[in-house]
Amino acid sequence: MEFRPILSAMRRNKVGAILIAVQMAITLAILCNALFLIQQRVALSQRPTGADEANVVVIRNQWVGNPPDQSARLQGDLAALRALPGVVDAFPTNTYPMSGGGSTTGLSLHPDQKNATALASIYFGDEHAIAALGLKLIAGRNFNSDEVVDKVGYTDLKPPAALIITRALADKLFPDGNAVGQNVYEESLKGSVPIVGVVDRLQVPWVGAGGWGSKFNDNSLIAPFHFLSSYPTYYMVHTQPGQAAAVTQAAQKKLFDISRSRVIQRTLTLTAAREEAYKDDKGLVVILAVVCAALLAVTSFGIVGLTSYWVAQRRRQIGIRRALGATRNAIIQYFQTENLLIAGAGAAIGVAMAVSLNLWMVNSFAMERLHTSYTFIGAIVVLLLGQVAVLWPALKAAAIPPALATRAA
Amino acid sequence: MFRYYFRLGIRSLRRNMVLTGLMIAAIAVGIGACMTALTVFRAMSGDPIPQKSAQLYAPQIDNWGPDKHNGGSPDRLEPQLSYTDVVGLMRAQAAKRQTGMYATLQTLRPADPTQKPTKVFVRATGTDFFPMFDVPFKYGRAWPASDDANRAAVIVLSHEMNEKLFGGANSVGKTVRLGDQSYTVSGVLDEWRPLPRFYDLAIRPFGDGDTMFMPFSTAIDKHLGNVGSTQCNGDVDPGWEGRLRSDCIWLQFWAELPTAADAQNYRAFLNNYAAEQQRLGRFHWPAHTKLRDVNEWLRYRHIVPSEVRILILVSFGFLLVCLMNAMGLMLAKIMGRAGDIGVRRALGASRGAIFAQCLIETGVVGLAGGILGLGLTALGLWAARSLLAKQFVALAHLDLTDTALAVLLAVGATVLAGIYPTWRAAHVQPAWQLKSQ
Repeated sequence: MEFRPILSAMRRNKVGAILIAVQMAITLAILCNALFLIQQRVALSQRPTGADEANVVVIRNQWVGNPPDQSARLQGDLAALRALPGVVDAFPTNTYPMSGGGSTTGLSLHPDQKNATALASIYFGDEHAIAALGLKLIAGRNFNSDEVVDKVGYTDLKPPAALIITRALADKLFPDGNAVGQNVYEESLKGSVPIVGVVDRLQVPWVGAGGWGSKFNDNSLIAPFHFLSSYPTYYMVHTQPGQAAAVTQAAQKKLFDISRSRVIQRTLTLTAAREEAYKDDKGLVVILAVVCAALLAVTSFGIVGLTSYWVAQRRRQIGIRRALGATRNAIIQYFQTENLLIAGAGAAIGVAMAVSLNLWMVNSFAMERLHTSYTFIGAIVVLLLGQVAVLWPALKAAAIPPALATRAA
Repeated sequence: MFRYYFRLGIRSLRRNMVLTGLMIAAIAVGIGACMTALTVFRAMSGDPIPQKSAQLYAPQIDNWGPDKHNGGSPDRLEPQLSYTDVVGLMRAQAAKRQTGMYATLQTLRPADPTQKPTKVFVRATGTDFFPMFDVPFKYGRAWPASDDANRAAVIVLSHEMNEKLFGGANSVGKTVRLGDQSYTVSGVLDEWRPLPRFYDLAIRPFGDGDTMFMPFSTAIDKHLGNVGSTQCNGDVDPGWEGRLRSDCIWLQFWAELPTAADAQNYRAFLNNYAAEQQRLGRFHWPAHTKLRDVNEWLRYRHIVPSEVRILILVSFGFLLVCLMNAMGLMLAKIMGRAGDIGVRRALGASRGAIFAQCLIETGVVGLAGGILGLGLTALGLWAARSLLAKQFVALAHLDLTDTALAVLLAVGATVLAGIYPTWRAAHVQPAWQLKSQ
């Protein structure tokens, strides 16, 4: 293909060509960052919690006032929940995965360490916790029932008798393995606590992109406490498959039959909690996808419009070329090559813009660095878009009859 | 003249409906995307208390020491204060008004025993809270300062809570049962809902407002635990007393400082306070404090989520593409009419007249794009409301300012994009055009 005539024709239409190139550049910059963001948010919202989400029901219970017999009430509630048909197991805790609220502690390997070795979220639980969440114990043992004691409010600072930690936390604390049997020190505790078991996975309660917890997403520990306070307690109920809805109904009724002096504010499955927790991420994905589609449509309409105008402007010249022996394909090729040159220039600028846009987002929004593959995909999409968009005006140009050259202007 | 150009503009636009339609659609889509993002952003970054935001200040004191802020605070300051420091600042009375505060989650016992109890968020705060934040009262008044000192069991209800509990009647003097305690209503607020809830950003700053208020001293006295964020560092003794003595940070504090000089004095006071703590042996580091007014505070706390800022960026990029698109199409359209323009020029129209005519034509396109874009904005906001969490966009509505802004943005941007094509039109050589006809 001969480039020189294309370039010299373009020089007479500088502004139009620049307009298309810059449009394609901006489209590319937005497109690959948006695709990257979409991929990240989708990956984020698919991270597993480690629990059997579809079959775990969360019941949020808060006693009216601060009854003195809370320990007995808790035991009564749990016995009743475990006895319900369709229930596998149940346990009380202070928070649950994807709830967005909870406690964090720093764990150290030595008592006088200045900075903690690892941050971890704290779940209170008992010997039923592993079964009631559907976690997988991969090393060590479950709590013994004599290790589980009452913890009266957050200001009750007695040390736990034992800890069960996640595999990620174990790897962070003891990279050489065999965490079970080792002792750790917690910031506010005066003594050491033995690790008795390791579960495969239990996500921290916070899941927001770049938010608290995003740096230690799988570092959790279970401390053998029954939490008694005027704060809400979460009863986690593991149901048999497909029984979640029925158990939800029955559990609420049962609990109110035991005592009406309580607030059951929410009851939901972990699957529903996931929907809620990642709603904004999903929303952002949909919005970005729609904007990307609109952007591609607008850009391609712009190419169609301007190229059609160029075709109309050059009708006579095209007719003359056809009369001088150029084939229809040669005319189509002319416009396609022209677009390729413009789109190529646009893509080059676009890649630079995409990278700088991403760098700016990395600095201001704790984004990750753009992978090269995304700029590559973006560039290909933009080049293809140009080729497809230019096809219709190019076909119209090819249809111009050679006889046009012979007619007077 | 203007009317004639306007008619000419309409006629010329009708000559090539497809091109005109494309231009208007491009501008409308761009404006729609931009205004949706902008409306959400404006709603989220608005000033919650415009008449007083420059007089209300949140102090920060480093009570942990320079090497203890490992949770990602590069300025070595945390957003909340310890009980010790809040009490110290409240006792000092160094501002015109001041109060510490926190939110607590309580159970509300209904008067009718057949009804189930419900949960309520109660704000524990000093009586200064109400005049300091210009909180309007419908019935009664804020509790007297003596109630703060005496830890009285009094309560102020929000407008909504009074509607719910007492059907909107004057409930002053009636009692409300929270947990095991009874509280006497001292006042009922009129509708008041600052967005965001600037004085405590830890729990859903765009969510529902506080529904009840009780004296800070009463809540502390009754050991009512806080909800929101609690961060502890260093030794903490067990029990409620241990929490109060500790350096855990869990309280908010605000001061009213009417003039810049007052704020300057308060800054000095804060530094003196921290230096004093160092002298007393509580802090082992030089004083490190900060004082920010409401708007500085909202910026510091990154109240606008990064999602919204990303959408702003993307939508403005999108608008730019749409405008360049419209500009290209306008160029094509105007240059396609070079012949007409040549004839008009030859018949005596000045360059200025051609320029004005084409500019009005682009203005008409912009206007149409803006009006259509406004409809798309309404659609976009509806979509955003159903796609994103409630607290994100519940407050985003198209008001008169937004409407004007959208149309102005559309016309302004389109005319700006039309200047180059128009300039080209004005420079059409009449002789050359006539010759080639």
